[in-house]
Amino acid sequence: MNFDTSIAVAMSGGVDSSTTAAILVHEGARVVGLTLQLWDQTRLAGRHGIPEAPKAGRCCSLDDVYDARRVAEQLGIPYYVVNQEERFERDVVRPFVAEYLSGRTPIPCSLCNNFLKFDQLLRTARGIGAERIATGHYAINEFDARRGRWILKRPADRAKDQTYFLFGLTQEQLARTLFPLGRMTKPEVRAAARRHGLRLAEKPDSQEICFVPGGDYKQFLSAYLEEQGETMPETAGELVTASGAVIGQHDGIFNFTVGQRKGLGVSSPSPLYVLKIDRASHRVTVGADAELATRTLLARQLNWIAIEKLTAPMRVEVKIRHRHEPARATIEPEGADECVATFDEPQRAVTPGQSAVFYDGDEVVGGGWIA
Amino acid sequence: MPRVYCDANATTPLAPEVLDAMRPFLLEEFGNASSIHREGQQARRAVERARETLASFFHCREAEVIFNSGGTEGDNTAILGLMRAGDHLITTAIEHEAVLRAAERAGARGAEVTFVAPRANGLVDPEEIRRALRPATRLVSVMLANNETGVVQPVEEIGKIVAEAGAYFHIDAVQGAGKIEFDVRRFGCHLCSISAHKMHGPKGVGALYVRRGTPLDPLMVGGSHERRQRAGTQNVPGIVALGKAAELVMTNLVDGTIERVAALRDRLEAGILRIAGTAVNGADAPRVANTTNIRFEQVEGEALVIALDLKGVAVSGGSACHSGSTEPSHVLMAMGLDKQAARASLRFSLLRTATKEDVDRVLQLVPEAVEHLRKLAPTTVAG
Repeated sequence: MNFDTSIAVAMSGGVDSSTTAAILVHEGARVVGLTLQLWDQTRLAGRHGIPEAPKAGRCCSLDDVYDARRVAEQLGIPYYVVNQEERFERDVVRPFVAEYLSGRTPIPCSLCNNFLKFDQLLRTARGIGAERIATGHYAINEFDARRGRWILKRPADRAKDQTYFLFGLTQEQLARTLFPLGRMTKPEVRAAARRHGLRLAEKPDSQEICFVPGGDYKQFLSAYLEEQGETMPETAGELVTASGAVIGQHDGIFNFTVGQRKGLGVSSPSPLYVLKIDRASHRVTVGADAELATRTLLARQLNWIAIEKLTAPMRVEVKIRHRHEPARATIEPEGADECVATFDEPQRAVTPGQSAVFYDGDEVVGGGWIA
Repeated sequence: MPRVYCDANATTPLAPEVLDAMRPFLLEEFGNASSIHREGQQARRAVERARETLASFFHCREAEVIFNSGGTEGDNTAILGLMRAGDHLITTAIEHEAVLRAAERAGARGAEVTFVAPRANGLVDPEEIRRALRPATRLVSVMLANNETGVVQPVEEIGKIVAEAGAYFHIDAVQGAGKIEFDVRRFGCHLCSISAHKMHGPKGVGALYVRRGTPLDPLMVGGSHERRQRAGTQNVPGIVALGKAAELVMTNLVDGTIERVAALRDRLEAGILRIAGTAVNGADAPRVANTTNIRFEQVEGEALVIALDLKGVAVSGGSACHSGSTEPSHVLMAMGLDKQAARASLRFSLLRTATKEDVDRVLQLVPEAVEHLRKLAPTTVAG
C-alpha cells in the first residue's frame, strides 16, 4: 500500500474501526484518528420516556469517545474529536424525522455515510493533511483499469456486508477511501484486535440507530419535536383494506412501516400487514401477506458506481433492505435521475424511504432511494 | 522541529522557580498545616508566608485570602456561597463556564439571574449592569479578562455602580491575574478568584479573595481550615507554589515582560491579518497582552486547530465540549458572531516565555494551512 501521506481513520470506539487503525499503524502508515461527534446522547434525556442517563456503547457516547481515544493512545497516533453535530442534525436527523412523518421508512446510516463520513470527514481529513480516509466498514473497493472506474464490492464476510449503506459513494470518495477489513471475517477482525492488544477486542457490536436510544424511533420523534418546539403533525386516519373497506382507525402514519404486522390495533382471523401508507389521505392500507408482494419499484436520486450511467436495460440483483437476499431484476432508466426495477419474482414489502441497491455478482452497480 | 505552544490561556508550564519552591513540601517538609507538632508548624509557616504574598498580590489583608483548588472552586464558592432563593444575580453572557453553570445552579435553587450581553467588541457596558440592577440584586459577577478574546472588562466602573447599589461584587480574575495591574481595592470587589496554573503555577490550586464581612457560606465543609471558609487539608506544596507564582507575575508587571509579550502578540496579529478574509474579534477593546482571537472567513476552525497541531503549533478554537470536540464559542456568539463565524475563529495566547522565532514559525504555518483549508471548503457554505 502507498503511504506517502497520512491516512485519517474514522474511529467510533468500536472493534472494527479500532482494528482498522491498528492494522494500518502496523503496516507502517502514518495514521491520524478522527471521531465525528454527531449527536449529544444526553440531549433528549428525560423527554418522552427517554432515560435520563444514556446507556453505554452507543455511537458518540462519552464511553465510545473514551474507548477511541484510549486506542489512539495505545497505538501512539494523534487523535481528535471533530464536532459535526449541526451538519448531522441537518442532513441526517431532520430528514429522518421528516421521512417518518410522511409515512416513509428512512435509513439514516446511508445519509450519514453520504453526508458525514465520506463527505465532511474526507474534507476535514484533507484539510489536516490526510489525503485518504480509512473506515471499518465491511466492503471492498478497488480500481478497475479496464473500465477506468473505482468499484465497490461485497466483502469476504457476507454476514457483515455493509455495501448496502455505501451505494452513494462517488468515484472521488472511493478513490480516497480504504476499507482494510473488506477481505477479513469478523472473527478474524476480533483475532487481529486481540493480536494488537486492543482491550476492546470483545466489545459487542452496535446494531441500533446511533441517535435513537433503545431503538424506539416513535419515542425519538416525539422527544425531538418537543425539544424543537414543534408539534407532531396530525396524521391520524383510517385503516383500510385493499378494496377500500374501512376496518379501523390509527393515531398517525409515522407508526407504520410497509410489511409491519404488530401494533395495527385491529383483530382479524388471518394476520394483517401494512401494504401502503398514503401521505395525503393519511390512509394506511392493510392486507394479507401475499398482497405485500410487488413486481416493480421506482428508485430516485441514483448513484452509479460500476457504470457511468444507466442508458439501457441491465440485468442485476436488487437488494431492497439491509437484510434482504438480492433478487434478480431488470433495471431501466426512467426520466431524469430515476430508474425502474422489474423483479423476476415479486418481492415482499418494498418500502418507500429505503434504498434499492443494484448488484452484479459481487459488484455494486449503483443504487437509489425507493420512491 | 520544537513545538510552538500558543495556548497559554488554557494553561502554562510550571516556572522552574515555582518547582524549586514547592519541591521540599512534597518531600521532607510534608507536614499537615493543621498539626500541632513541628512538621505541622513548618507547613503552616509556609502556607502563611504564601498567604502574605497573595495578600500583597490582591492588595488585601492576609485574613481575606482563602486557598482553594482553583478558579472553578473560587467562582462556585463566590456565587453559590452568597446567593439565596429569591436573590437576584447579575452576570454576563461571556463568563467562563465555572460562573455560567454556577449561576444556572443558583437559578435552579430559586435565585433570579440576569445575563448581560457584551457590546460587539466584547466589552461589557457598565451602564448595562446598572440597568440590570434591582432591589433584590445581591451579587454582580463579571470577569476581569475574557479567556477567549483577552478583552479586559471595566471592572472598576462596574465596581462603583455595584457599590452604589449596595450589592456584592465578584470578579473572576483567572485570566487577568498576572497580566494587568491588580488591586481589589481599586476594583471595588468583595470576591475575586484566581488560579495558579494560568500563571506558571501547578494545576489544582488557587485562591479566593473574600473581603472581610462578606457573608459567604463555604462550599466545602469539614475541618476548620482556612478560617472555616474552606474545609480540606491544605495543599501545602500547591499553596507554596501559588505564592511563588504570584511573586513572579508581580515582577513581570514591572520588568518589561508584559510589553515584550504585547509586541510579540502584535507582530503575530499583524502577520496573520495579512491573510485575506481575517479579522480580530474584540479588536478595538482593551485586551491583555498575550491574547488575540482571529476569525478566518471560509475556514472550519476545528480543522485549522488540528492542522496546526499536526504541524507543531498548539492553539485553540471554541470551548471544549463534553467529548473533547469544540462547540462554537458562546463568548463570540454573545458578541454577535453567527455560528459559522464563531466556528471560524481561533485563539492564540502567548506564554511569557514566547520568542520572536515562535511567532515567525506560526506566521509561516498559518497562511499555508488556511489556504489549503479554503481550497477544500465547499463552494456553498454549509449553515
